[in-house]
Amino acid sequence: MKLVTQVNFTDGDSFYEALMALHRSLDDSQSLEVNARLILLMANHIGDNQVLKEALEIAGQSVTASHQSQ
Amino acid sequence: MQTTFENPRYPFKHHSDLNQGTAVHHPVVIVGAGPTGLAMGLDLAMQGIPSVILDDNNTVSVGSRAICFAKRTLEILNRYRCVSPMLEKGVTWKKGKVFFQQDLVYEFDLLPEKKHKLPAFINLQQYYLEQYLVEFIDTQQQVDLRWLNRVTEVTPGVKGNRLKVETPEGSYVLTCDYMLVADGANSPIRKQLGLESRGQVFKDRFLIADVLMQAEFPTERWFWFDPPFHPNQSALLHRQADDVWRIDLQLGWDADPQREVLEANIRPRLEAMLGEDVDFQLEWASVYTFQCRKLDSFIHDRVIFLGDAAHQVSPFGARGANGAIQSVDNLGWKLASVLKQQGPTTLLKTYDIERQMAADENILNSTRATDFITPKNKISRVFRDATLQLAKDYEFARTLVNSGRLSTPARYLDSPLNTLDDEEAFDGGVAPGSAALDAPIIIGDKTSWLIDILGTRFTLLIAIDKTDISRVGESLPELLQSVGVDLVPIFLFSESTDLEVPKGAMCICDPWGYVAQRYQLEPGTCYLFRPDQVVAGRWREFTSDSLISAVNRALGFDMEVMP
Repeated sequence: MKLVTQVNFTDGDSFYEALMALHRSLDDSQSLEVNARLILLMANHIGDNQVLKEALEIAGQSVTASHQSQ
Repeated sequence: MQTTFENPRYPFKHHSDLNQGTAVHHPVVIVGAGPTGLAMGLDLAMQGIPSVILDDNNTVSVGSRAICFAKRTLEILNRYRCVSPMLEKGVTWKKGKVFFQQDLVYEFDLLPEKKHKLPAFINLQQYYLEQYLVEFIDTQQQVDLRWLNRVTEVTPGVKGNRLKVETPEGSYVLTCDYMLVADGANSPIRKQLGLESRGQVFKDRFLIADVLMQAEFPTERWFWFDPPFHPNQSALLHRQADDVWRIDLQLGWDADPQREVLEANIRPRLEAMLGEDVDFQLEWASVYTFQCRKLDSFIHDRVIFLGDAAHQVSPFGARGANGAIQSVDNLGWKLASVLKQQGPTTLLKTYDIERQMAADENILNSTRATDFITPKNKISRVFRDATLQLAKDYEFARTLVNSGRLSTPARYLDSPLNTLDDEEAFDGGVAPGSAALDAPIIIGDKTSWLIDILGTRFTLLIAIDKTDISRVGESLPELLQSVGVDLVPIFLFSESTDLEVPKGAMCICDPWGYVAQRYQLEPGTCYLFRPDQVVAGRWREFTSDSLISAVNRALGFDMEVMP
């Protein structure tokens, strides 16, 4: 696997706090929009299609699993 | 309800201040005999400063309250020579587990490094800690602990304070150079002086229950997010002394605190968690909301705030009492230096500077944990649950899971008391502003610990080569004289030696190399420690001039030019 799943944050707690702060005053549809923009920005920064594919794969797993169980 | 501990009732004792027609003067009056006030009295006694502690009550903590005491707190109590009963009674632990729904998602070990005198944490009910401190204080002549003495009026002044105190035998007035306020989160003195502790209240309620039971759970901190026995909320299980277990259950903001604290309502919640066949007895329970807040300044002329009265945090991370004891440790030697006229009064400012930094860090960490545990809106809940799901399989997400970042020693890296390293002199070791790291050593023919011999006075640790001893030894007496404060030189050898150590110096041996490794020592390297065991400066080569200027700096003399 090319995707890094080991810790790579310089300061994970600080990032998480900033992410929550970004969303704090938003309604649901605004949050969806902000998340979409964020994903696209990060995806471009990563660039490598192999890495992105692996991330998409893992991200989709939880939803796929719950679909199958229904 | 409580069967394992009966609160002692300390008697009111008549004292001579009551007989005086005029106000009696004391250099230091401490208000509040909780962990903070009691430790403060002991710290000052170590420095030879007498103090009076006033408390409006006549007993120790009712209920277990603070239970997790961190290594740094234990090191400070070790410096006061009173840690043994705490260690004996307390439950030692260093590991924790975090669960999400049915699954274990994260494990941690708080002291992976071996060979420290004191453990990462002990769990001990606050009433035991206070009781042991009170018993120890009874052996200390310089601490005058007065139960049932309630401060009813404070007249603060730039040169000292005047206090009116009420007792069962009537009231009296006393004056003091400094009043140290440790009267808790709701500090009546803070209110009387019109000062506000500012921050935020978290919109959530938690049930805290102490349960007496024989259980098979390991001595670890277990935290659950959304467990099957308490859906959509969090739970915490932690062992204390006497087979008492602390259980925290998140209830949500809408819970009714008066209803939830009733045993009839607590019992089913605990049965769901522990299993119906587990026999338990409820010792104590309380429903809490949490706050993170602090005073903008801990010092107001001759009034100095400590502990929860100065800075208050949510309990996730055990940063309340542990932060408070570190504040005591920080203030004690500074106040003593000022009262002994060894340091300028501006030295006290650095208590505010350093402990504000630490309070900010404690508030930041406990706020982050509380926000993770209690998501503020739908999207933060989505992110939290996604983090917990990913944490089952992916390491990076485990580091984001936040059930409390447990108390570690504060690092005053930007303190004005630090002497900065010479460029590229060190790449590791213990940086100026950091608390000492412990390591095993040998003194004479006995195994001991570095932490046992540091602190209360300034200490200079010199890693020395046998061939250098005479050169350094010759200049030592003159140097010690020119430093102007009480400074203990410690010579550290890598192997045992029969060389004669210069008079007034202590000789230790580091046969396993732990000190050398943890402090990145080379022959000639020296470290200057403040009386609170914090590194003030360090050098690859020992010179009198650099030492003298570092001691002066650590005593706050360089700050006099500051506005």
